[in-house]
Formats: sequence, C-alpha cells, structure tokens
Amino acid sequence: MTTENIIEIRGLNSFYNTSQVLFDISFAIPRHQVSVIMGVSGCGKTTILRHLTGLKKTGAGQIIVDGGQDLGTFSETMLMQYRRRIGVLFQGGALFNSLSLAENIATPLKVHTKLADETIRIMGVMKLNMVGLDEFCDYMPSQLSGGMKKRAGLARALIMAPEILFVDEPSSGLDPITAAGLDRLIVELREAYGMTVLVVTHELESAFKIADRIVVMDKGKVMTAGSPEEIRNDKDPRVRQFLSREADPQIQAESFYERLLGGTAT
Amino acid sequence: MLNPIESLGAYALRQVFSAGRLGLFFIYTIRGIVMPPAKFWPTLKQIQFIGTKSFVVVGFTAAFTGMVLGLQGYHTLAKFGSEGLLGSAVGLSLVRELGPVLTALMVTGRAGSAMAAEIGIMRIEEQIDALECMAIDPFSYLITPRLIASIICLPLLIAFCDLIGILGGYVIGVGLLGVNQGAFWDGLTSSVDWSDLSMGFVKSFCFSVIIVCVCTYKGFYAGVDEGSFGPEQVGRATTDAVVISSIAVLIGDYVITSIML
Repeated sequence: MTTENIIEIRGLNSFYNTSQVLFDISFAIPRHQVSVIMGVSGCGKTTILRHLTGLKKTGAGQIIVDGGQDLGTFSETMLMQYRRRIGVLFQGGALFNSLSLAENIATPLKVHTKLADETIRIMGVMKLNMVGLDEFCDYMPSQLSGGMKKRAGLARALIMAPEILFVDEPSSGLDPITAAGLDRLIVELREAYGMTVLVVTHELESAFKIADRIVVMDKGKVMTAGSPEEIRNDKDPRVRQFLSREADPQIQAESFYERLLGGTAT
Repeated sequence: MLNPIESLGAYALRQVFSAGRLGLFFIYTIRGIVMPPAKFWPTLKQIQFIGTKSFVVVGFTAAFTGMVLGLQGYHTLAKFGSEGLLGSAVGLSLVRELGPVLTALMVTGRAGSAMAAEIGIMRIEEQIDALECMAIDPFSYLITPRLIASIICLPLLIAFCDLIGILGGYVIGVGLLGVNQGAFWDGLTSSVDWSDLSMGFVKSFCFSVIIVCVCTYKGFYAGVDEGSFGPEQVGRATTDAVVISSIAVLIGDYVITSIML
C-alpha cells in the first residue's frame, strides 16, 4: 500500500559538532507534489536536505521513507537502492570538471545500466534538450555559465527517471529570467511525470509560484507549514513579519546602521 | 587551567580518528576493485596521467642524478684507487635506493599533488556528494583506478629511472673521466643481482600505495573536518599531501631497506 506521504520527518535534531542546527523538525512530504522548504540562509534547510539524501547521518529523530523504515537505520545496500530512486540538484550543479556535458549526464547510466553507448548518448541528448542545452553536448563545464551548469545538473539528476527530485537553492546565482525558467521546468516535471519535488530556497517569490506545499523555517525550527494560500493568510505575527521582512529591506537598513554605529540593539 | 590538557587530548583523538579513517579509506579502495563501474578505461586514463606525463620529469631526474653519481663516485673511489668499481657503485645506488626513492618523490610532486588538488576541488564543489547521491561508490569510481594505475606505472618508471641513471653515470664515468668501459659494465652486472632488483620492486609497490592513498585521502577529505569548503582547504590539502607522502616514502624506504637487506 503506498502511503500518501513519500517521506515523513519526525522529531529530527541535528548537530554540527556540538552546535545544534535543527530542533525537533517534523513535517511530511506528500507524493507527486512540489514541496518547498523556505527560510533565510543559515536556518538549517540545506542540513535537512543532507539528511534526506543520506549525506548526513541521522542521529536523533526519524526519517520514514514510504511508510516503512527509518532512513537513519538503512544498511548500505538499502541506502544505495534509495539513492537510485532520487535525483539531486546541488547548488552549483556539481558537474564533473573532467567530463563533457554529455559524459556528465551519461555517468549514472554507464554505471547502473548495461545500455549500449549509442542509446546512452541519445538519452543524454534528449535530457539536455529538455533543459535547453542540446547544442552544448560536448562543452566542458568550465566553458558554461552558472545557469547552464545548473540546468545540466538538473538533466543529470533526471536521467535515471527518479521518483523524488531534491533541489538545493535553484535560483541562487541566477538572473531572474533563467531562475523563472528553472521554476517553470520544476512545475512541468510535476505535471508531466508526477514527480515528487522538494525544493530548498530563500526566494519568497519563487516558492509561492511553484509550491503545492510550503514549510517555513527559522533558526532551525519549523515556523509553519501548509499550502501557499494558508501561509499567505496566516495570522501568526512571526510569519507575517518573516514574509514582510523578506519583501521590505528598508526596515532592515535602519536597524542595521544603528547596530553598526553602536546604537541600541533592535 | 585544564585547557592545555584538554587540547592535547582533543589533538590525540583527532589523530586517532584520522588514522582510522585512513585505514577505512584504504579498505574501501580495495573493495572498489570488485564494485561497479568497470575499471578498464578509467585505469588506462590514469596510467596516462600518472605514467606517461611523469616520464620526462623522471628522465631528467635520473639523467642528472646518474651523472652526479658518476662524478662523486669517481672522485671518492679514486682515493682508494678503485675507479673500476664505478659501475657497481652507480648501479647499486640507483637500483637499490635512488631509483625508487627519487622516482617516488618526483611522482608525488607531479601526479600526487595533482591528484590531491583534483579530488579536493571535487569535494568542495559537492561533486563527491553528487556521486554518492547517484548511488555510485566514490572510492570505486575515483580512487581505485588511481591506485591500480599507480601500482602498474611506478615499477616501470623506476626501471626507466634506473636505466637512464646508469647511462648518465656511464657517460660521465667512462666518457668524461676515463673509467675503463669494460670495468664499468662488468662491475655493474656482477654486483647488481636479483635481490637488489626485487628490493626495488617491493619498494615501488609500497611507494605507489603510499603516494596514492595519502594524496587522494587528503583531497577526499579536504575541508570536511573544518566544515568549510573553499580554495584554501584545497591548497592546504595539496601541500599536506605532498609533504606527508614524501616523508612517508622516506620512512617506508628505511623500513623496507632494513627488512630486506
């Protein structure tokens, strides 16, 4: 029986050495929807992503996958199987510097499948076409712009047709037009493939545009979670302040200057 | 008051942790031999990187070392009237000691530092994380081909170094300083025997393992302990890799020599 939520996080606490970065995080990621974890830099959202991909060991708390076992207790084989079902787009694209774009995208296929080279090449070109980079098949990553690297990284994350796509800060370092294009692509993935997508971002506009569900985080705690409309209409003053603070840098500037000049703390 | 003791204890714990992690690193690399992906083409690529590109550097080192040996050897042996033994002196010095050690040090400086830097950059750009998330074992994909390539290349480079070095000694000794040609070759062939060559081979195997493991280990964990990932960490990893690898080669040289002699 497939559960409604593909991943459920319960009571996750996370530490870097002795400093705690996540405090009792609990929320669910529903299937076939775009979920967005939103918060300012340093609130711990990338740490959650590292736990969900198994890059950081889960100590205190549980990450239940498919209503079954806790990811923190996965054996190495189970972790490998889990990772075959996911695709991850890292913040900088994380392309391999010594391989061309086509070779980068072909890497998972070459390792995990016994497909012929020609088939792999065709699949690679198709995926690059999907992200608009098919002319750049033979370019090296160092010859590409930041936006192109991200798109190539997305193509590589999608080549094994994952059930879940994790995206770390899709709009960071991108101009608004390219960022919007990436957002559109993420929504299309959900619509065309029914993919479950988890996006981590600090961009308010982007989050509200693509999300079916938003989790707002602040300083390692979940502030609130719900659909975009619910968040927008949330009466909680902290949530309102968070949403307005992002959109209005004027208020920040004055208090910043005051602190800088040794005045009253705000 | 207890701070110096605390930091000493923390330092000791860190070193033990590092040693254990290096041991695990080595085991995972060996395990990578039987894991996917296929190793043939990546290993070939690394053989070209480590072997072919180190050729010239090793050749130059060997030539001038051999020539210096010829020069110094001649003047030292001349005091005892034993110039005829120059062939033995040059041959034994190179085959037993200088060939393996100098080749290992040159390869460390050239290929070892490049390996540490390349893998270090992969670490700071999250490429190793990307490999893990694609269910690809990073040890099997990155490190094992380099280890196999090094084990293949280093003995060949050392043999090349020995050859060029002996020729260099010959050119100076016989060509320049007038040592008898027959005496040179006769001394060489009668003194250098299989036990000397096998010492060279054992050293080459051990040095290749040391160089690859230390340099790739340093690159692989660049910035991981501090939690910050930037060019400074890569630079430090590369420097540490070359220094530690060189020292380990020299220590290993003494250990192997004392066991096998």
